[in-house]
Amino acid sequence: MSKNIEKFEKIKPQMTPSEAVVESSRCLFCHDAPCITACPTSIDIPMFIRQIMTKDTIGSAKTIFSQNILGKSCGQVCPTSVLCEGACVYHDLNEKPIDIGRLQAYATGQAIDKNIHFFEKGKSTGKKVAVIGAGPAGLACAHELTILGHKVVVFEGNKKAGGLNMYGVAPYKFSNKDAIQELKYVSAIGFEIKTNSLVENPSKLEKEFDVIFLGAGLGRSKKINISGENLSGVYGATEFIRDVRENKANVGKNVVVIGGGNTAIDAAVESSILGANVIVIYRRSEKEQTAYTFEIEHAKKHDVKFVYLTSPVEILGKKSVDGLKCIKNKLKSSSRKSEINTVKGSEFVLPCDMVIIARGQEKMVDFFKSISKLKLDDGKVVVNKDFQTTNPKYFAGGDCINGGKEVVNAVANGRDAARGIDKFLMKKKSWRLDYNGKS
Amino acid sequence: MANLETNFAGIKSPNPFWLASAPPTNTGYQVMNAFRAGWGGAVWKTLGVPIVNVSSRYSAVAYKNNRMMGLNNIELITDRSLETNLKEMKEVKKKFPKNALIASMMFEKKEEWHDCIKRCEDIGIDGFELNYGCPHGMCERGMGSAVGQNPDVCERITSWVTEVATKPVIVKLTPNVTDITKPALAAQRGGANAVSLINTINSVTGINLETMAPNPTVAGQSTHGGYCGPAVKPIALNMLAELTNHPDFKLPISGIGGIETWQDAVEYFLMGATTVQVCTAVMHYGFRIVTDLNSGVNNYLDSNKMKSVIELKGIAAKKLRKWQELDLNYKVIAHIDPVKCISCQLCYIACEDGAHQSIELLPNIRVPKIMEDTCVGCNLCSLVCPVESCISMIEVKTNKKKLVWADHPANPLN
Repeated sequence: MSKNIEKFEKIKPQMTPSEAVVESSRCLFCHDAPCITACPTSIDIPMFIRQIMTKDTIGSAKTIFSQNILGKSCGQVCPTSVLCEGACVYHDLNEKPIDIGRLQAYATGQAIDKNIHFFEKGKSTGKKVAVIGAGPAGLACAHELTILGHKVVVFEGNKKAGGLNMYGVAPYKFSNKDAIQELKYVSAIGFEIKTNSLVENPSKLEKEFDVIFLGAGLGRSKKINISGENLSGVYGATEFIRDVRENKANVGKNVVVIGGGNTAIDAAVESSILGANVIVIYRRSEKEQTAYTFEIEHAKKHDVKFVYLTSPVEILGKKSVDGLKCIKNKLKSSSRKSEINTVKGSEFVLPCDMVIIARGQEKMVDFFKSISKLKLDDGKVVVNKDFQTTNPKYFAGGDCINGGKEVVNAVANGRDAARGIDKFLMKKKSWRLDYNGKS
Repeated sequence: MANLETNFAGIKSPNPFWLASAPPTNTGYQVMNAFRAGWGGAVWKTLGVPIVNVSSRYSAVAYKNNRMMGLNNIELITDRSLETNLKEMKEVKKKFPKNALIASMMFEKKEEWHDCIKRCEDIGIDGFELNYGCPHGMCERGMGSAVGQNPDVCERITSWVTEVATKPVIVKLTPNVTDITKPALAAQRGGANAVSLINTINSVTGINLETMAPNPTVAGQSTHGGYCGPAVKPIALNMLAELTNHPDFKLPISGIGGIETWQDAVEYFLMGATTVQVCTAVMHYGFRIVTDLNSGVNNYLDSNKMKSVIELKGIAAKKLRKWQELDLNYKVIAHIDPVKCISCQLCYIACEDGAHQSIELLPNIRVPKIMEDTCVGCNLCSLVCPVESCISMIEVKTNKKKLVWADHPANPLN
């Protein structure tokens, strides 16, 4: 019998060289290209595509990595159809946009496979920075800091580094093998990663390190406080996806996913691929659903059913789940944040043996409260434009400042925070933006 | 990393990529932007007695979806005063002392040439390019290609320049001749330090079928223009090799004609060019394309374990021989990879109707079959095939020694 994890086929498969040449030749090489503006890390997309076209694939990879050292995973996990590809001018001609994500993964993949590196450790500044969390923000920050000559130690609570790319992204987007290979490539520049090293009290690091970067992400899946939530067979979406990535998920026969976001969709599609009948319930209507349209379409292709205007009331069962009691909702207005009223007497039961709750993740308020003078806003760490927190020794980036966005946003934050840290530590007036001396 | 620094006839530049004398080098504003983007040098838009230009000046040939495969212009030399040009050139040289700045010139009288040369040298220009190539407008006034097409005139005017110039002199050649070596050798006799080629080719890009007037039109009429862009590269490469391989021609060459990517530039180096000049690609995409030129040539040199562009110089030109020297006993035949084949059968019909009837279709099989006994190895099927490396030309061992036409039994002289 094949292992579960092998059931996940890539939705964005690797391009062949001839595909890459044909696709890259289509790019118009726009000036001030909208795709660059749409990319949180501002990769010079037309340039790297041109370099693929001229078969300077290594030059192309360098163009990408100069802006985004996690360019390989971003090429595969980014919601490109709402970012770079969504901005492609071909849409105005009713033409298919350029397949930017796969081209990006193609070029970066070649450099990674050939183990060609473009950056090296900068001359030592004698400064030490602790990075908390080896996810996309932490890794991008550590890489950039190392180029700038600062000594970096990354602390990771989990067994493996990688964060979202290792534990949180759907395996049909980015596999464990991909994550391990990318991690090895990024960390080869020479920063230390301590795994199994959960930092409970960051202030203990203050003595040894000049600056501490918080790239801690988010916590566990939120509870929804209904009866039956402690029954066996009830999972948080984040924990479920993590189990899938670790190849130890035990999916039920009939699964109900609660929530309307992208994580709900990931959990639903993964359950379906692993053999379950899946229903997603969402309290509002299809129109208000926060998941990307392409993700919803993807789920429908995997036979995931959607039940709208429905809220959970109670998870039924003695020891383990045998059903989810729901109630129908009515929206008071057509606004996205409209008040929701339940419809009296509309309760019904969805028989199921597994419930996955995907209503967002907890913010790690207690953890951040252990740091003095650190200001939070709705649980999110407050930073200035240099990504410095209200405690000048601490910088932050990624999900813990934005409440949960894409991998690419975390990479952009991590990279820019490193530049902010460098400016702070080296008492620079400003940061010059890229390596080629263009400002 | 390879070193791209270049010394061309004594003119130094950080890399071999120059802008050709053309609209992109019209002003100091443009040239400074170009140097910021990474261009190594620029040949300023031709200086001369100011002219007046027409409105509507360019037209292009598009091939299916590819815009501007060839570009044609009826624009003349600079339409700005010599004073303005010199002032801006001086500013550029001051701000970018390491980049090569070349003054292109075109005059009628000896005194005019001498005066301009002195004024250019006074502001610190790195060299001169004599425009003997412009095929429209100026030639009717006895300048441009009218000079390039007459070796005696070419030599005479070149010597006017070289007798006073203290900076290197490049002669830019017109391709509108039957033998490019004649004007090139004349330039050499006139004391030129280098040549550049090719200038644009006489052309009419097309006719507007609604108005029935040729493009581009000026008040319903048109005139022939100068053709450039990717379409002219093959013509330029041949002329370049003719000079590279000529035993009496000794000058360094700056290659021009359809260069857009680093691969184009490498082809020019392999055919004997020391620097390359670019215009059309910049008119299409802007100065930023130089990023690809720099990165691509660098990585190509690295992957070939070469340290500088000079190591590439002329390697391919040596392999360009007279037909009589080719081996008549060498044989290739086509091979179709059935896995890669997408069954379009373009190779079949090309061979059947257009070549040697050596591909057959078998009943109920979409993938065509090569008839190996009659295939002459002409390449046509591999050229029309839309799939990369699906049809390859495989060498067949004939076990015969090299045989050239001079020794061939069919040669009536034998």
